[in-house]
Amino acid sequence: MLGPLDLHLIWNSLPDLFSGLVVTLQLTVMTVVGGILLSVPLGVLRTSPNRVISGPIWAYTYFFRGTPMLIQLFLIYYGLAQFKAVRSSGLWFILREGYWCCLGAFTLNTAAYTIEIIAGALRNVPLGDIEAARAMGMSPFTILRRIKFPIATRILFPAYTNEVVFILQSTSLASLVTVMDLTGAARVVIARTFAPYEMFITIGIIYLILTYLTLWGFRRIEGHLYRHLRSRKEVVSEVPVLR
Amino acid sequence: MAWPAFLDLKGYGHLLIDGALITLSVGMAAMVVALTLGILGALARLSKNPVLRGVGSTYATVIRGIPELVLMLLVYYGGTVLLQWLLSLGGGDVRVDINAFMAGTLVVGFVYGAYATEIFRGAFLAVPKGQSEAGQAYGMSSAQVFLRIELPQAWRLAIPGLGNLWLTLLKATSITSVIGLTELARQADLIKAPTKMPFTVFFMACLLYLAMTAVSDVLRIRAERWASSGFRRS
Repeated sequence: MLGPLDLHLIWNSLPDLFSGLVVTLQLTVMTVVGGILLSVPLGVLRTSPNRVISGPIWAYTYFFRGTPMLIQLFLIYYGLAQFKAVRSSGLWFILREGYWCCLGAFTLNTAAYTIEIIAGALRNVPLGDIEAARAMGMSPFTILRRIKFPIATRILFPAYTNEVVFILQSTSLASLVTVMDLTGAARVVIARTFAPYEMFITIGIIYLILTYLTLWGFRRIEGHLYRHLRSRKEVVSEVPVLR
Repeated sequence: MAWPAFLDLKGYGHLLIDGALITLSVGMAAMVVALTLGILGALARLSKNPVLRGVGSTYATVIRGIPELVLMLLVYYGGTVLLQWLLSLGGGDVRVDINAFMAGTLVVGFVYGAYATEIFRGAFLAVPKGQSEAGQAYGMSSAQVFLRIELPQAWRLAIPGLGNLWLTLLKATSITSVIGLTELARQADLIKAPTKMPFTVFFMACLLYLAMTAVSDVLRIRAERWASSGFRRS
C-alpha cells in the first residue's frame, strides 16, 4: 500500500531533518518560557476585581483566542512593515526575521490561553484555604505565594501540559515564514527530491513521537510532584485534548 | 457604498468578505465530516469488537499527535503523488489535481473528528444504561435503541463540547490557505501586497474571524440552553 515509499531517500534526509528538529525544539522551549513569564503576572491580574485592570487583559486574551495563530503570525511578520516607525527603528533587523516573529506570535498566542488557564485555576482555589491563611495573618502576597500558587499549579497542570503539546505542534507554522524548523526542513528536501509522501510521513512520525514523549514526561512530573495526593481527579490526559 | 477608504482596503475589501464566506463553507463542511467521524469513532471505541476498538483509538491517538499543517501537506501533496502512482499502474501518464476545497474539508474534518470522537464517547457513556435496557425490553432492535434513545440524548450531552470544537475548527480552517484555497487567510495574504497595507489587511481578517467567533458563541450558548431545557435545576 505504501507504494512509492523510498527508504533510502528518507535515510539521506535525516541530517537535514535533524537540524530542523533542533529549531523546532528551540522554538517550543523558548515559547514555553516566554509564555510563562508573560502569563503568570497577567493571569494573577486577570482575576482582579478591578475592571480597569482585568478588562484590557480580557480583551487581549479574547483577541488572541478568537483568531487563528496563522493570521497572528502573518500580522506580525508581514504587518509590522507597514509602519515606518517600525522599519526605521533599531529593532527592525530582529522584527523582519521570521524566527523572531514566530517567537513573538507564538508567545503572545500561548500566553493568551495560559492566562485564562491560570486565572481559572486561581478562581478554583478553595475559599476555605484562603480564609484560613488570612486568619493566620498572612499578607495577600504571602497568601498568593504559599497558598494560591501551589494549589492553582496542581489544578492547572493537566491543562497546561496540553498547551505545551499545542505549542509543539503549532511551531510547524514557522515553516510558512521561511524558518527552517522540522516542517521547513522537510519542505526544502521535498523541493530538491520531489518526495512529499516520504518526507511528510517521516516528520509526521517525528511529531507523533515528540507529542507522546512530552505527555509521558509531564505525566511523570505530575506523578512525582503530587505523589502525596492519593485520590486525585486532575490527571494529565494520555492524548492531546482540545485547547 | 460610502466605505471609508481604509475599510474598503483600496477596493480589495470585498475579497475578504468572499474569503470569510469560503471559510464558513469549508468550516461547516468539515464540521459535518467531523461529526460523522466522531460518532463512528465513538461507536468503534465503545464496541465489544477489539479490532474496532483498536481502529478507533489508533485514529484518535495518531491524528492528535501530528500538526494539522503537516497532515494537510501530506494529504494534498502526498495524496497527489500517491494517486498519480496508483493511476500509472494502470498504464499511461496521468496528471492528478486534487480539489483544494475537498482536500481542506477532509483534512480539517478528519483532524477534528478525532476530537469529536472523545466528546461523543463521553456523551454515550453518560446516557444511563437502564434506558437502553428499557428500550431492549420494549423489543427495539439495537439500531432502534441507538437511534431513538442513545443518540438523541448523547447529542444533548455533547453540545457544550461540540460548541468548543466548532470554534477551534473554524480557526483551524485557516491552514487550508497553504494548499491554495482562497478562504479568509489566503485572501488576506493575496491582497496584502497590492494594497500595501499588510497590517490593516490582516487586522481586518482578524476582526472577521472574531465576528464569526462571536456569532458562533451566541448560537452555542443558545444551543446549550435549548439542550438542557428539560433538565434545568434550581
